[in-house]
Amino acid sequence: MPEIIVCLKQIFDLGQIRVDTSTKCPLTEGVARKLSDFDKNALEEALRIKEKHSGKVIAIIYGTKDAAKEALAMGADEAFIYQYTEEIDHLGIAAILAGSIQQLKYDLILCGEASIDEYSFQTGPRLAQVLGIPVLTYARKIELNDGEIIVERELENRYEVSKTKLPALVTVTKEINQPRIPTLLQILGASKKSITEMSPMKQEVGVKILSILAVEMKRKEVIVKEIDELAKVILSEK
Amino acid sequence: MILIFSDDNETALEILGKGREIADSMKIELGAISFGNEETIFASGADKIYSINIASSSDHIVEVISNLNDQYKPEIILIGGTKLGKEVAPRIAQRSGVGCATDCIDCSIEKGHLIVKRFVLGGRFLETLRLLRKPLIATLLPGKFIKKVDKTRNGEIIKIPYNPVESKVHILEVKKKAPQELKIEEADIIISVGRGLKKKEDIKLIESLAQALGGAVGCSRSIAADLKWLPEERWVGLSGHKVKPKLYIAIGISGQVQHIAGIRDAKTIIAINNDPNAPIFKACDYGIVGDLYEIVPKLTEKLKKQV
Ligand SMILES: Cc1cc2nc3c(=O)[nH]c(=O)nc-3n(C[C@H](O)[C@H](O)[C@H](O)COP(=O)(O)OP(=O)(O)OC[C@H]3O[C@@H](n4cnc5c(N)ncnc54)[C@H](O)[C@@H]3O)c2cc1C
Ligand SMILES: Nc1ncnc2c1ncn2[C@@H]1O[C@H](COP(=O)(O)O)[C@@H](O)[C@H]1O
Repeated sequence: MPEIIVCLKQIFDLGQIRVDTSTKCPLTEGVARKLSDFDKNALEEALRIKEKHSGKVIAIIYGTKDAAKEALAMGADEAFIYQYTEEIDHLGIAAILAGSIQQLKYDLILCGEASIDEYSFQTGPRLAQVLGIPVLTYARKIELNDGEIIVERELENRYEVSKTKLPALVTVTKEINQPRIPTLLQILGASKKSITEMSPMKQEVGVKILSILAVEMKRKEVIVKEIDELAKVILSEK
Repeated sequence: MILIFSDDNETALEILGKGREIADSMKIELGAISFGNEETIFASGADKIYSINIASSSDHIVEVISNLNDQYKPEIILIGGTKLGKEVAPRIAQRSGVGCATDCIDCSIEKGHLIVKRFVLGGRFLETLRLLRKPLIATLLPGKFIKKVDKTRNGEIIKIPYNPVESKVHILEVKKKAPQELKIEEADIIISVGRGLKKKEDIKLIESLAQALGGAVGCSRSIAADLKWLPEERWVGLSGHKVKPKLYIAIGISGQVQHIAGIRDAKTIIAINNDPNAPIFKACDYGIVGDLYEIVPKLTEKLKKQV
């Protein structure tokens, strides 16, 4: 019976982030937070594996209790949450996650291929490296089989079907599944499940963010009325 | 030394171009892990080639680069930002206890520091980062940097003994993606289509227009990922392919930030959409409001006559 750990991150709803017109910085005050998209695919996949092989799904979440409730309502059995207010990068995130995972029993760890705010593809591979377990990235299909896992990965020009022994870490793509939307009953039921708050130690950083600024978009934004005019523009621009 | 690796030859050459620039400004050497033709690698900027038969197993790549790092202590390691590259770079960084930046679109030395830029928050913002600890590791976005060729250049080849690493991962099968596709990154003209299209058969309309202009067909995520009307090689955007054609025509595409993130470098963007409030009209150079089923066939006819 596989014990599966899913790593999730709560992020700002990107569509709601506005730009400060004077500084060009992102404005996140009052912006709703949610679980990052691919992370939910990872959780969904864990739940599907549990439905098939039974076992347990533990969510480790960077975020608030609301994020934990979202994961528990989807079907996770237990959630660990943490927040971190100091500067941090993926070096530290991997260390924090590894530290807490090493206290647990696990056969499989699932991550999203990337978090949709940072989009850095780093956490899964780094975490596997710290734990010293095999990693298979960009999964679009996962099968568990007697202490082994078979994964179909998507690379640029090919699909690769690979096999490795458990315990292993897999990062998933958005194409792997469609995350479930919890029912009201599941949302209510989630309140009975356990949420543990962790307090991670201070971490070293390997990168320093100097700025995050809105990208200037300078397009002409000319609206043409006639197809003839459009054809002319196309011919002059090609 | 700056050490360069990519599992994709073209990307490796592009990164050599950038690497040469940085190596010159820091007055250090540029080393490349061998791939393909050695003359080409020297001509593209390398001073040294570390020659080893690197397998396409990420476990092996991590091992080889980490060993080179231990032995030669490069200042900077630049890795081609292919999917494999984005897996191995953070693993190498974690092993060395350092930071790493992925998908960088720019990288430079400022006051002795390696500064990189990458898109974040759905592609609407540009993040500027400084790497703090050596080796400074970054993956550079494929197709973003320009290779520079100087056929008179030459260098030294260093043979690295091959120590097979037992990979924990066994590849059972490799399925090539359909080869009929030209790489969309290389197209000068791209005609892209989105959910404004009602059925799969209607892609013909888009293909005729593309043919009339000698362009390639692209699409939004939903067309490739959800509907599977076009292969994923055609999918443009943040999570798809980042393109930089001279002309990009977006048809029935609303223009969500994640799509726009893939076409930021297009020279001219044209939009056809029946909703005057579609965000694409705020992200294009020229737009026409109307039904694609009316506009596209007429436009194709006109262009066929004039091209
Ligand atoms: C993490 C993440 C990554 C993503 N990555 C990508 C990516 O790489 N690429 C990408 O494209 N998307 C990506 N998306 C999805 C993106 O947010 C949008 O959902 C998607 O781009 C919408 O596709 P669309 O414009 O084809 O469809 P829609 O948004 O549904 O737009 C269809 C448009 O067609 C117009 N239309 C309808 N009928 C007609 C007609 N008859 N004639 C003319 N116009 C018509 C409509 O007015 C509308 O504007 C990503 C999302 C997330 C969360
Ligand atoms: N701070 C975090 N805590 C827990 N999991 C995370 C965290 N950051 C990223 N992840 C996981 O790692 C994946 C890749 O994130 P990233 O490396 O930031 O692109 C995400 O999809 C999550 O599954």
